[in-house]
Amino acid sequence: MNKNAWYWPLLLALWMVVLTLPIFVIRVNTVVGEVTWRWQNALGLALLVALGTYAARAYRRLQDNAAAAGQTSGLQRVRQRVLTQYDHLKARAGAGKLRLLGSVALAVVLVAFPFAAGLFQTGIMVRALIFVMLALGLNVIIGLGGMLHLGYIAFMAVGAYTYGILYRFFDVGFWLAVPAAALVSTVAGVLLALPVLRLRGDYLAIVTLGFSEIVRIVINNLTELTGGPQGIPGIPKPWLLGLDLSLRQSTRYMYFVALAFVILLVFVMRRFENSRIGRALTAMGEDEIAATAMGVDITRSKLVAFALGSFWAGIAGVIFAAQNSIIVPSSFSIAQSVIVLSCVVLGGMGSIRGSIVGALALILIPEYLRGFSDFRILIFGGVLVVMMIFRPGGLVPKQRKVYTVDTEHLTGEST
Amino acid sequence: MSAVLTVNGLTKDFGGLRAVNSVDFQIAAGEVVALIGPNGAGKTTFFNCVTGVYKPTKGRVEIQPPGGAHQSIVGLKPHRITHKGLARTFQNIRLFGGMTVLENVMIGRHSRLQAGVFGALLRDRATREEERRVIADSYTILQRMGLDKHANDVASNLPYGAQRRLEIARALATEPFVLLLDEPAAGMNPQETKELEALILKIRDTDGISIFLIEHDMSLVMSLSERIYVMDYGRLIATGSPEEVKQDPEVIRAYLGEEQDA
Repeated sequence: MNKNAWYWPLLLALWMVVLTLPIFVIRVNTVVGEVTWRWQNALGLALLVALGTYAARAYRRLQDNAAAAGQTSGLQRVRQRVLTQYDHLKARAGAGKLRLLGSVALAVVLVAFPFAAGLFQTGIMVRALIFVMLALGLNVIIGLGGMLHLGYIAFMAVGAYTYGILYRFFDVGFWLAVPAAALVSTVAGVLLALPVLRLRGDYLAIVTLGFSEIVRIVINNLTELTGGPQGIPGIPKPWLLGLDLSLRQSTRYMYFVALAFVILLVFVMRRFENSRIGRALTAMGEDEIAATAMGVDITRSKLVAFALGSFWAGIAGVIFAAQNSIIVPSSFSIAQSVIVLSCVVLGGMGSIRGSIVGALALILIPEYLRGFSDFRILIFGGVLVVMMIFRPGGLVPKQRKVYTVDTEHLTGEST
Repeated sequence: MSAVLTVNGLTKDFGGLRAVNSVDFQIAAGEVVALIGPNGAGKTTFFNCVTGVYKPTKGRVEIQPPGGAHQSIVGLKPHRITHKGLARTFQNIRLFGGMTVLENVMIGRHSRLQAGVFGALLRDRATREEERRVIADSYTILQRMGLDKHANDVASNLPYGAQRRLEIARALATEPFVLLLDEPAAGMNPQETKELEALILKIRDTDGISIFLIEHDMSLVMSLSERIYVMDYGRLIATGSPEEVKQDPEVIRAYLGEEQDA
């Protein structure tokens, strides 16, 4: 079959209709016991796909022709113009100043957000920030260390339940729970890492998956301690100088607490990734055998990766518990681990900015697609597939650090 | 000259297969020694036993580092052996492809550095100083290997010959006293092989590092090595100078097959 044939888009449309028949066309009303066939939906979808494909094809042909004629296409020209403008600006203001300006603008937006946006929006943003933390933490294990960890959410569960149990039995508050939960989940991370040190790839994925399920099931059944499936309700928000906060205020406060931890985490990760240990982890992720031959202690590197990743998951868990004010085992299912993993992969493995962008995109887009109700997951899946085809390195792929070496100094100082 | 690396009766079994059978081996300071043999003779397995990738079934591996104590390295993990001063390259190139050329060499410095996680986070003076040093040192090694122009390029984008050189540069960064090269000339053209030969001799002469190489390119082996070990079916079948080995009937038989009487 020829992809360039005139009928190809029609076939594509037909295939799409068949694929989505069960959700777009058939509606079963279980109350009346009646099946409605909404063929107008199928027609609409078919038209959309066919016309879209024709349009994309026409655009590509236009671009090819332009390239053949030695011209730049419209899009490239715009891109060129933006880049020249940017360079111009950089030359005039200086790169440092421009960056400062960008940081200030970002800071203003971040601080202003909870005041400009409503309660609901702020709540969603807190959830997104929690996932940013998780993605950054998992990025150490997967993005740098190259270990496929499918049970990451279990460490968030450990953190959340540490807070929950400490609150329930000892009335411990948020700020004391943060270090406690970080410690407990780090220990849990190391305990898991010890038996899986020899495992790689698929085997590691299966064991971590299993571990995550064990944690969830244990929490589910340890009713005296964890409240079982009912969970632990009434977990308090963070303490702020003994003030009695209104709902609006406490939501904003929660936002700033989450933001502060995200900023701290970004700071830590940026220092870590290009340090001696961070480099060793990256090397291990690239090629374990070569890394050990270069003197990298694989055992230690893996433990460090797991400990660091679990540490932050534990803190994220405490924030999660405070935000939701109730924790139940079903919040920590495999699906959640998969979402965190998708954040890292979508954003760009090993990339700090990528993890942030990936987590924001993966949490915020489905929320704002709620208007499309039934179709949001479908649209979301489509976006993911298209993304991975056109940008397999992720939204913001990892850029290696560029080192500048002072060659004048070199001969005098090095051995 | 005294031996810096001594192997006695090294044996390695994989299940019922004896891949390496009671091999004795020695290399002196500043010596260039080659290990040759037909495919599947057990050369790379022998390499892996010495560098700790495999644990030998039987036998002794001892080192005598210049200015250090005589010690056994059998059963040590590969990174410990690298730390003791044995560095290696791989037959099929195993660079950290996604990292830059400079970073590859910086990884080689890993075992000579101190900084830990907390040093990285606090970025105290000692850590900053160490980081500055490792960049300078790694760059110097790249300069010596003629790779400094590529310092910030991603390693997998390098041309093939340069990737081979980078593997050697990375191994040198670990400050070895014995450098083990597994088929360094594989896939190189005659011109590149000639440059490699000069490079290996330069490393030996300037740093006094002993070179132990596995190689199939006979002209390189013959012109470079002072002594040659020949393996076949896991056993050592001949040792000696290039001239002696060339004349050895066992070696000729292993390489060319036996002449049948019609």
